[in-house]
Amino acid sequence: MKDDDSTPIPGGEMLRVEGLGSGYGSTQVLFDVSLGVPEGGLCCVMGRNGVGKTTLMSTIMGLIRARGGQVVLAGEDITRTEPYERVRAGIAYVPQGRDCFPQLTVMENLRVVAEACPHPEGGAIDEALELFPRVKELLSRPAGFLSGGQMQQLAIARALVARPRLLLLDEPTEGIQPSIILEIEEAIAQLKQSAGLSIVLVEQYVEFAMRLADTYVVMDGGRVVEAGDAGALEDGSLQEMLAV
Amino acid sequence: MEIFLSQLFIGLSVASILLLVALGLTFTFGQMNVINMAHGEFVMAGAYTTYVIQGALGASLVTLGFLVALPLAFLVGGALGVVLEWVLIRRLSGRPLDTLLATFGVALILQQVARDVFGASNVQVRAPAFLDGAITVAGVSMSYTRLFIIALVGVCLAAIWAHLGRSPAGRRMRAVMQNRDLAAASGVRTPRVDRRTFFIGSGLAGVAGVAVTLLGSVGPTLGTNYLIDAFLVVIVGGLGRLRGAVMAAVALGLFNAYVEYGTDASIAKAAAFALIVVFLQFRPQGLVVQRARGLT
Repeated sequence: MKDDDSTPIPGGEMLRVEGLGSGYGSTQVLFDVSLGVPEGGLCCVMGRNGVGKTTLMSTIMGLIRARGGQVVLAGEDITRTEPYERVRAGIAYVPQGRDCFPQLTVMENLRVVAEACPHPEGGAIDEALELFPRVKELLSRPAGFLSGGQMQQLAIARALVARPRLLLLDEPTEGIQPSIILEIEEAIAQLKQSAGLSIVLVEQYVEFAMRLADTYVVMDGGRVVEAGDAGALEDGSLQEMLAV
Repeated sequence: MEIFLSQLFIGLSVASILLLVALGLTFTFGQMNVINMAHGEFVMAGAYTTYVIQGALGASLVTLGFLVALPLAFLVGGALGVVLEWVLIRRLSGRPLDTLLATFGVALILQQVARDVFGASNVQVRAPAFLDGAITVAGVSMSYTRLFIIALVGVCLAAIWAHLGRSPAGRRMRAVMQNRDLAAASGVRTPRVDRRTFFIGSGLAGVAGVAVTLLGSVGPTLGTNYLIDAFLVVIVGGLGRLRGAVMAAVALGLFNAYVEYGTDASIAKAAAFALIVVFLQFRPQGLVVQRARGLT
């Protein structure tokens, strides 16, 4: 199994993470994590706080260096590349805590991305904004002054401006009011269906995750302890697994 | 009243130079968490650049030499900064204390190089003829040299402001300053932005070097004097904040000018230090605070 993971699987596997290890300083957080996302698929990463979900996302993005294993994007090994090269390769990241550039305006937040990785056809900002009409009304405001929900929508819009093939979403519903969660869910579903985007979604809100997910992995102690198809999952069994 | 005004004028001109030196520091600190102890030597390099050009062009072309020195000193300072960043600072990223020591070593090396090349004693740069004289306004005599310095810094500041606020490259600089990881994860080539920031910041120090040749002679340790005051400006202003640096530079320049008038230079300096120590007790984050959160 280890030998053929750098070759693209026919039918298209967008992301393959194989035996990934990673951590901070002398603390290893991830051990031998493997998962795959098919083209146009959504894989949900679940688990309690502190099991390494965000570390996994940061390592896939390249913000933390992998200590072992591989990250393969559409057949190309990107384990040793810099984060900004991964953006060009087609990964976009929406970090946990709806990060933004607080003193740039909303428009500037989007333009930084558009200018950093320009696409010949242009129009990336308009397309991203179409999905989030609320953000469109706030373009001249400093991003630091947005509400949590608005900031989260901006964060997703900003990631989309890079025109990714693979979107990493780290807890997009955390601390956000239910009405906005619905909007975000719709946007994600739309991205998946009409744009064919492949998505890795870290989420603790199980119902939300299961409505969107094709596959899931459950992490504990920096390892994947469960994986499977979201459809085959019985109600309640996940909650049990995730219960503290 | 006249004394008040004339000290105001002197204070502003000193503040201008301080600001120009501090801008580079505040950028590199704000963006890369780098304390560059060799920054003062870029000022010195700019000053010697003026001296060299004047020597090369001869006594008949003093004015031309001075004007040519301005952009050239920017390039010399900037080039030194980029080399320093490339050779040393980049390799020590995430180790601020080591960076501080290493750049201090570079500062000593650069001073010795200047001593070997230009001699240990100070050299004089001649001010261009159009800066001879002074204008008297409301009984206050304002020398053209100091007016020129204030104007020069005003132009530099406006250029920086426009660059940061309007250009794509400036936007990237601000993005990296505010959230480095997010910038990298948004596709911004952060090493390139760092190099550019270092170039601009060090170049401004070079320009400051040209300006200080108008105020006194040029020696190998010229930069050290400015570095400490510039650090104070950076700390009081709030790290990485342009607006804070401007306010702090003006405050420090004026404070020095007024206290110095009543007493002498040493007492003014000691009083300024004391004031800053007290200030930092109450506002350790500086005048202008950046509201930002890291990528955890």
